[in-house]
Amino acid sequence: MALDRWIALIILMMCTGYAYTAFFTMDDMLAPFMRRDPIWPSTFPKVLSVMGMVAAILILLGFEKGDGTIKAGEINYRRLQDYKIGQALFLLGLMVAYALLLRPLGFIGSTVGFLIIGSVLLGERRLHILIPVAFAAAFGIWYLVQEVLGIFLRPWPFVFGV
Amino acid sequence: MLEGLMIGLATAFSLTNILMVIGGCLIGTFIGMLPGLGPMSIIAIMIPVAISIGDPSAALILLAGVYYGAIFGGSTSSILINAPGVASTVASSFDGYPLARQGKAGKALTVAAISSFAGGTIGAILLMIFAPALSTVALLFGSPEYFALMVVGLSAIAAFAGTGQVTKALLMTLVGLMLATIGEGVLFNMPRFTFGIMDLQSGLGFITLAMAMFALPEAIYLVLDPSRSKTEEGGGEIKDLRITRDEARQIAPVIGRQSVQGFLIGVLPGAGATIASFLGYAVERNIATKEEQEQFGKGSLKGLAAPESANNAACTGSFVPLLTLGIPGSGTTAILLGALIALNVSPGPRLMIDEPQIFWAVIISMYLGNLVLLILNLPLIPYIAKVLLVPRTFLIPFILFFTMMGAYIGQNNATELLLLVGLGIAATILRFADYPLAPLLIGFILGPMLENNFSRSMQIYDGIGFVLERPMTLGLLTVAALLIVLPSYRARRAKLRAEGVADGD
Repeated sequence: MALDRWIALIILMMCTGYAYTAFFTMDDMLAPFMRRDPIWPSTFPKVLSVMGMVAAILILLGFEKGDGTIKAGEINYRRLQDYKIGQALFLLGLMVAYALLLRPLGFIGSTVGFLIIGSVLLGERRLHILIPVAFAAAFGIWYLVQEVLGIFLRPWPFVFGV
Repeated sequence: MLEGLMIGLATAFSLTNILMVIGGCLIGTFIGMLPGLGPMSIIAIMIPVAISIGDPSAALILLAGVYYGAIFGGSTSSILINAPGVASTVASSFDGYPLARQGKAGKALTVAAISSFAGGTIGAILLMIFAPALSTVALLFGSPEYFALMVVGLSAIAAFAGTGQVTKALLMTLVGLMLATIGEGVLFNMPRFTFGIMDLQSGLGFITLAMAMFALPEAIYLVLDPSRSKTEEGGGEIKDLRITRDEARQIAPVIGRQSVQGFLIGVLPGAGATIASFLGYAVERNIATKEEQEQFGKGSLKGLAAPESANNAACTGSFVPLLTLGIPGSGTTAILLGALIALNVSPGPRLMIDEPQIFWAVIISMYLGNLVLLILNLPLIPYIAKVLLVPRTFLIPFILFFTMMGAYIGQNNATELLLLVGLGIAATILRFADYPLAPLLIGFILGPMLENNFSRSMQIYDGIGFVLERPMTLGLLTVAALLIVLPSYRARRAKLRAEGVADGD
C-alpha cells in the first residue's frame, strides 16, 4: 500500500475517534437549557467528522488516481535511505532538546549550543567562524526580543536567579 | 474613493510606514533568495515581529512588503542559480537561467524587476477598482451567505489542487477545520477536544501551525537532500543591468496582457501566483510568432517577462478576496489573515468603512513596495546575491532556530516548541505522500469563522432551513458542491474513455 493510503488510514482512524467524541461523549456535559438550541457545540464537529471519514475512505479505496509521477525537486520517500535521514532525525532531536532545555539552561546557552551542534552535525568544521557567529546571533536575537519587543526571555541558566 | 486614497496616502507616507515598506522589501528579498524559503515561511517567521509592532497598518504594510520582496527574491535565485525559492517563480527559471548562462544575468534581472514592477502596479490599480465594488456587494451578505461563501472558497481551493489531488486537498481542508475546533470556541463556553490538557485550552497557535506546515518541512527537505541548496555557483559577477529600447518594445505588450490575466487568476480562490505564472508562460508561448517560439526555453525575454508580471499581479489579486470578503485565497493570504486577526482587525466588507486607513494604506504601500523593489533592490542585487554564498551548514540551523523563535515568542511557552516539532514531522510525512498543506492551514484559519457563521445562521433560522430559504446561500452551496464533484467526474470520464480506446485497439 502506498504511503498516501497509509496516511488516509491513519486520518480515518483519527476522524473516527473525533466522531466518537462528537457523537457520543461531548453532549453529556451540555447544560439542559442549551439542549433546546438548534445548534450544539457538537453539531459542527459531527458534520466535519462524517465528511472527513468519507474523504479518507475515498483516498483509502483509491477512487481518485494521481498520475503517480514524482515532481522534480520533491523527495522520493521510497528511497529515503539515500537521503541524509540520520542528520534530519538528529536535528529534530536537537530541536526537542532545545525545547526542553530552553528554560533550565537559559536562552543564550541553549541557543549557542543548538546553533553550534547543529552546524557541526551538518559538517561545518570552521569553529573559529562558527562560535563567534553563534554567540553574536544568540545575543542579537535576545536583545531584539527582550529589549526591543519587550518579551521576557531568561538569558542565563536558572541557578543565576533571573 | 478619492477621500480614501488621501487617507491612505497620509498613512502610508508617514516615516515609520515608509521604513516598514523598505525594510519589508529588503528582508523579503534577502530571505526569499535563499533556496527553500518561500513567502509563506518568511511571512510566518515575520509575524511575531509584525504583531509586536502593534499598529495594524504598519504591520500589514511590513508583511505586504515582505511578500513582494520574497517573490522578487525568489525570481533572483531562479535566474541566477536555477534554484527557485518559491513555486511561483519556477516558470521564471525556464528562460531566466538560460539568459544568465549566456552571461546576460544583469539584463534578465532587470527584465524581471521591470515586469514585477509593472505587474504589481497594474495589479494595485485593478485592486483599487475591484475591491470597493466587491465590498459594496459583500455588504448585502448575511451570516448564511458568508457561511456559503467560505464553503465555496474552501472547495475552490480543493478543486484547483490538480488531478489526483482533489480528495487529498479536501481531506486536508477538513483536517484543518477539525484542528480549529480544538480549544474553547467563541460561541460555546466549553472546551472541546482538549483531552483535559491545559495547554490546548486556548487552541493550537496559528503561527506554530504555519511554521510546522511550511518552514519546518522545507528545512527538513534541505537537510535530507543537499542538492536542493546548491549555493556554490551563485553570487558571481553581475554586470550590465541595462536593456535596449528594442527589447523594451518587445516585452511591453507581454507585460500588459499578463498583468491583467495574472490579476484575474489571483482573485480566484485557490489559484494563486503559481498557476498564474505557468499559465502566463504558456499563453505567451502560444501566441508568439514562430521564430519567437523557438526562443522560449532558451533565453527569451518574453518568456521571462510573462511569468514575472503574472505572478506579481496575482499576488496583488489575491488581496481582493482577503480585504473585501475576509476569505484568503492562498496559503500566504491565509497567514496574513491570521496576523490581521491577531492585531484585532477583521478583514471583510466593513474594513473599508470602519478602518479605511488600513485598507488604503495597504494599497498605497503596494505602489511604494513595487517602487522600492525597482529602484532600491535592483541596484543592490549584486550585493544581495552574496547571501547565496552562505553555506548550508550555517543556513539550516539558523532556519530551524528562527522557526522555533517564531513559535516560542508568540506564546512564551516551551510546550509550543514540542507541538511545532510534532506537527512539523507530520507535515513532512504528508508532503512525502504529496498531500497539499496549504488547504490545511486555510481550513484552520477559516474554521472558527465558518463555524460561527454557521451557528449564527442556525440560531437565526432555528435550524438548517436557512439553506433553502435564502436563494443565494443555496446557489453558493450548489457551486461549492459542483466545484468538488466536477473535476473528479471529468477525470473519471476521461479515464473511462481512454480505457475504451485502448480496448478498441
